[in-house]
Amino acid sequence: MHRPAGGPPCWPLVTWPPMALLAGKRLLVTGVLTDDSIAYSVAALAQKEGAEVVLTGAGRGLSLTKRVAQHLPTPPPVLELDVTVPLQVANVAEDLKERWGALDGVLHSIGFAPQSCLGGGFLDAPWEDVQVALQVSAYSLKVLTAGFLPLMQAAGGGSVVGLDFDAAVAWPFYDWMGVAKAALESTARYLARDLGQHRVRVNLISAGPLRTVAAKAIPGTAALEEVWGERAPLGWDASDASSVAKACLALLSDLFPATTGEIIHVDGGFHAMGA
Amino acid sequence: MGPEESFEQFKECAVEVLQVDPAKVVPEARFAEDLDADSLDLVELVMALEERFGIDVPESELEGVETVEQAFKVVSSKL
Repeated sequence: MHRPAGGPPCWPLVTWPPMALLAGKRLLVTGVLTDDSIAYSVAALAQKEGAEVVLTGAGRGLSLTKRVAQHLPTPPPVLELDVTVPLQVANVAEDLKERWGALDGVLHSIGFAPQSCLGGGFLDAPWEDVQVALQVSAYSLKVLTAGFLPLMQAAGGGSVVGLDFDAAVAWPFYDWMGVAKAALESTARYLARDLGQHRVRVNLISAGPLRTVAAKAIPGTAALEEVWGERAPLGWDASDASSVAKACLALLSDLFPATTGEIIHVDGGFHAMGA
Repeated sequence: MGPEESFEQFKECAVEVLQVDPAKVVPEARFAEDLDADSLDLVELVMALEERFGIDVPESELEGVETVEQAFKVVSSKL
């Protein structure tokens, strides 16, 4: 084994040369819609770090996911997965069981709200629309985690990472999607409570605003980007999803073995500032 | 490739992605109103056109593009 002259002694936990961060990890990545998607960055960086990746797409977005999958360093398989259709969750689990026999991690990058739920009109959005936002954006974390639990157990444990937007306060325009994110945060904590015994960790990344297809559908994000850039101590680049993706990679790796039910802010430090 | 041939290829992409009648893909057709295309349809159409023509279309150039003619002009300028 090669070690640099005068290098550190051989700590029990240090390997040399260093292994790729996600070597041998089998990951399911949802939410790749375009090259700008946070999930696209996660998939691309995860492949570079040695992970095997399978993507999923839903409904109208599926053909887009299949197209953009071809842009990844190693074009991965794309499976159909609409989180509101139990049969599709079962089908993906079956596919992964045959393909890998086990699963090491899941990226939940799923959110949707009907138009009435965003952009003002908080008082008028009908329950029929609100429940869609809650089901697709929050309950789906439970659906995915429970649906793939047996596969993560087969791997001796796993890591589920979801994408969040700080739900501790109210935002302009975000409306019922903000309520759905609050539900997502709580759902993650309860899943962490129940799945710790299976060595499954459930954590969220609370990201600053990024210029994704999903964000463009939300009115008022441009104004928010500006405030964010000014107030965040580290500044904020809304066109670069890689900072968020790197944090996802860390949580999907073995570097956070004792962290679950946590929300990590990747927002340039915005959340810690009062003004 | 002449402009007519380019337009035929443009049309093929639009028909495939938007699932519309080829006869409807005329220069004056508006994507939203006449071709029933939503924002995801347009994102996919741009991706398909980039693949077909081997070009790269920055998003900034697509602002304000509403008709087939306008979109074809952006694509043509890259050929």
